[in-house]
Amino acid sequence: MYTWIWRVLPGGLPGKLVGSLVLIAGVSALLLFIVFPWVEPMLPFNDITVE
Amino acid sequence: MHGDGTRVAARESPDSDQPITDQVSDADEGQVAARSGSRHGAPKAPRRRDARRSGEGLRDGSAAGKKPRSRADLVRTGVAGLGQTLITFGLVVLLFVVYELFVTDLFTNQRQEELTQELRENWGDDPTVSGPDLPGGGLSSIPLGEGFAFIRIPAFGVDYVKVVIEGTDPDELEQGPGHYVDSAMPGELGNFSLAGHRVGKGSPFLDLDRLQPGDSVVIETSDMWFTYVVLGDPTTGSFDADPSGIPGLEIVSPQDVDVVFPIPGVDDSSVEPTAAYLTLTTCHPKFSAEQRLIIHAILNGPGLPRADYPDGPPALTGG
Repeated sequence: MYTWIWRVLPGGLPGKLVGSLVLIAGVSALLLFIVFPWVEPMLPFNDITVE
Repeated sequence: MHGDGTRVAARESPDSDQPITDQVSDADEGQVAARSGSRHGAPKAPRRRDARRSGEGLRDGSAAGKKPRSRADLVRTGVAGLGQTLITFGLVVLLFVVYELFVTDLFTNQRQEELTQELRENWGDDPTVSGPDLPGGGLSSIPLGEGFAFIRIPAFGVDYVKVVIEGTDPDELEQGPGHYVDSAMPGELGNFSLAGHRVGKGSPFLDLDRLQPGDSVVIETSDMWFTYVVLGDPTTGSFDADPSGIPGLEIVSPQDVDVVFPIPGVDDSSVEPTAAYLTLTTCHPKFSAEQRLIIHAILNGPGLPRADYPDGPPALTGG
């Protein structure tokens, strides 16, 4: 998968590096701001109340 | 026929990692062929099906130096793919830990600042109006998720101030310590009970286990200061030596709801509370939800009007 991404990224070595960073940042943002907040309430270790 | 043969050959080319579609053009085929290092871009003679089959190995052999897709290569590709997947999964989990420990703090601290500003503005707008946070003002009058008081714990540092939010659902608790909606209000007879996160989400109650008997917990409402002190014997440091029989600190199971009852630990609604308690709950041990760490405190003296004590009660000013 990573090999394939690296190959299809355009722009020679600099372009590939920049493209990789952009992709990493995008995926991280997606995880941090959308996926994790959504998945977090389903996980058990945030229960702090007595009920 | 000519083109057909090329296309089939390209599609079956053992070295192309890219899927070759049926719409592949002659130019693409040339590329694929070139990349694979084979020189059969334009086969000299039309091939019969069986000839192509048997010629496969030969062609692979002619693509010398490149990786022919043998069974071993398939296995290698599969293992590499599995490895990459596992590494990716590990990185995602690692990122989740970072999120839980640090990023949620950023979110919560930002939200706390907003809430602080809102609350200060609400209180500042019209100081003569007693807000819904007054003792006896009615529990239902505070909308869920609205900040209505500040909690300060001098033992955690002078800058420890958190906005207390109505409600203990995850949505509220990710903004700050939350008030159990059925419990008493600050200064009221009964049990003013709060829940807060131990690790992450601003970690408001991270250090609850460091509280000692006699430590102050100061609640600031729109017009009053209420100073609670942690139960127990300050001279010996024993949490269990309080005359009330209520421990200052206890570790209970998540089902032990009686810690937030009007009289902590007394499961009898017919007994009217005669004192104003404060209860803080968080998870225990850290990073776990197995048990709950509970702090009980009792109101120390009457509430002090903020008008008379603009800088805070003696517990905060050190007087």
